[in-house]
Amino acid sequence: MVLPARRWQTRRAAARTERAGRTLHAMDIATFAIQCLNALQYGLLLFLVASGLTLIFGIMGVINLAHGSFYMLGAYMAFALAPLVAGTLGGGFFTTLLVGVVLAVILGYVLEWAFFSFLYTREHLQQVLMTYGLILVFEELRSLLVGDDVHGVSAPAILSGTLPLGDVMTYPVYRLFMSGVCLLLALGMYLVFTRTRLGMMIRAGSSNREMVQSLGIDIKFLYRVVFAAGMAIAVLAGMVAAPVSSVYPGMGDTVLILCFVVVVIGGIGSIRGALLAALLIGFVDTFGKVLLPQAAGVLVYVLMALILLWRPDGLFKAG
Amino acid sequence: MKAIEALHRTARTTLRATLLAASAALLTTAAAAESGAKLKVGLMLPYTGTYAALGNAIENGFKLYLQEQGGKIGDREVEFFKVDDESDPSKATDNVNKLIKRDNVDVLIGSVHSGVAMAMAKVAKDTGTLMIVPNAGADAVTGPMCAVNIYRSSFSNWQPGYAMGEVMAKKGIKKVVTITWKYAAGDETVRGFKESFEKGGGTVVKELNLPFPNVEFQALLTDIAATKPDAVFTFFAGGGAVKFVKDYAAAGLKKTIPLYGSGFLTDGTLDAQGADADGLMTALHYADSLDTPKDKAFRLSYAKTYKLQPDVYAVQGYDAAQILAVGMKAVHGDLSKKAEFAAAVERDKIDSPRGPFTMSKAHNPVQDIYLRQVIGKENKLIGVASKALADPARGCKN
Repeated sequence: MVLPARRWQTRRAAARTERAGRTLHAMDIATFAIQCLNALQYGLLLFLVASGLTLIFGIMGVINLAHGSFYMLGAYMAFALAPLVAGTLGGGFFTTLLVGVVLAVILGYVLEWAFFSFLYTREHLQQVLMTYGLILVFEELRSLLVGDDVHGVSAPAILSGTLPLGDVMTYPVYRLFMSGVCLLLALGMYLVFTRTRLGMMIRAGSSNREMVQSLGIDIKFLYRVVFAAGMAIAVLAGMVAAPVSSVYPGMGDTVLILCFVVVVIGGIGSIRGALLAALLIGFVDTFGKVLLPQAAGVLVYVLMALILLWRPDGLFKAG
Repeated sequence: MKAIEALHRTARTTLRATLLAASAALLTTAAAAESGAKLKVGLMLPYTGTYAALGNAIENGFKLYLQEQGGKIGDREVEFFKVDDESDPSKATDNVNKLIKRDNVDVLIGSVHSGVAMAMAKVAKDTGTLMIVPNAGADAVTGPMCAVNIYRSSFSNWQPGYAMGEVMAKKGIKKVVTITWKYAAGDETVRGFKESFEKGGGTVVKELNLPFPNVEFQALLTDIAATKPDAVFTFFAGGGAVKFVKDYAAAGLKKTIPLYGSGFLTDGTLDAQGADADGLMTALHYADSLDTPKDKAFRLSYAKTYKLQPDVYAVQGYDAAQILAVGMKAVHGDLSKKAEFAAAVERDKIDSPRGPFTMSKAHNPVQDIYLRQVIGKENKLIGVASKALADPARGCKN
């Protein structure tokens, strides 16, 4: 009677050694380095997308489900604005980016005035309902204006080259550019929040709205600006990501969930935390896909659960 | 008090609805015998979300055939009932029940998403409602779920995969890595591919997966580069297909490791993929330059009616209507004669724009799978990858 059990055990042990051997074999130093680069780059992209949500959800406290739609809006802007910009301003990827961000700030300002300004004192459920409604409106508008087809956006000529990487692979320069944008943005946000008067007011507003108001600061205007900035960052993320991700209906949905994971792991309202969380997810997702493909779909959420068990407020508490 | 009132109100409405439904059912059974009554067609397709374009193409194709027949199928005028299934399997059972119980449809047409189609097939099987699947490739629909009243005008996931495996084995390719989304369509396509490819002497050295609809491919592309296979076989569709083809090219792999795929990799996505898709070989039951009189006439008529170029989805919608017409003709409009309906459809050749095909016992098309190559934003026909390929219909007891 012992025999079958023992046979099963040896088979399992054999499988384990084989698996370990294969993993080691598959992952030499060069490949490992490239995977690290992939992880870093994916993490930074996640931060770029999630940082707008850090502002709106983390600092203003509004559960904004429409954040994914803002991202989608950006991607569609990169696609649809390019010919318009080319016709009126002479074109160019960077001009399009600039026009898109300006439009997003205006739109964000109007959206805050028309919808979100009524939400700060309401329950979370009402925030969820309204921002979910916005998702439907944005999707339908997208369908009416641009249609339901998949579109590609080409990267600007100066960034469309590739760098050789190992003997088979190349690395697109555009991805490095994206990482650069993310790092700049992270640095910029960090400096604004910790070193400027505006940042100080925003932080104060997030911890005690009434008190800030009574000190003579126009909190309504301040929040409108923060919201517009959050939206502009999400749109910028969509525009910058468009050449890599392509542009298609429903593209905001998957991004939305990951953004919330980033903000929650990082600690609500902490930019440093969001950056660290995004990088962590980048690494877990990249190596998870290669080493544990069966579990790749859940690893990120397991990570979130573990971190929340360890630190219920996330890695960095807003301060 | 309020709660009780509400309860009363619901009870009243439910009662009224049941009475209405019952009388309607009586009326329709009585009316169905006369050929004058309208044929109620329930279109359960995605009209929003990722697959919206596909749902519209299927409806267009279906209506094009109807228009050619003077608006009638089997001497009966057609009335449409539309439901947006949102490609959401969790809402599918409710949606299909709406069509069957509320609208009393005679025929169900749907859907694109395999999960939704499976839920529909289950209800259709239980209620005996005639159902034609115009896209979803889930093997099970014409496998374990097969039934006398369930038909498919498109393909099974197994078919393009199997055909491509044969082609690649014949080319002398030995080591292949497969990559796809971990869900029914991806798994089944790869399984079909593996079956014929390994039979032909090749080996699948690695099967890479990522969760649906994740599109972060970089880690797996690096893995492919490290494995250095002779070729890569893939299944992706829609936005994921665009991104995969572009990422594959950007990673420099297109030059060194040839990429092959199921036809959905390059169908409806070529504009977005641009030059990165040039030269890719895929297998599917339709191509852009078949150059047969039937296909030419179909394409011209479609382009005139909708000011759009037709695609494989439009063909599948068109053929769903043809299958319905063949059966209706045989039973003279009396859909309760299911066995006669099925016998006629199994006997007849469907004159599809893709080329004539027959229906298997399990009601999946027995069709030529074409080998196509992307040349100048078209999926040009290279040849037939597999002639009159029949799905094995594993698990079907028809």
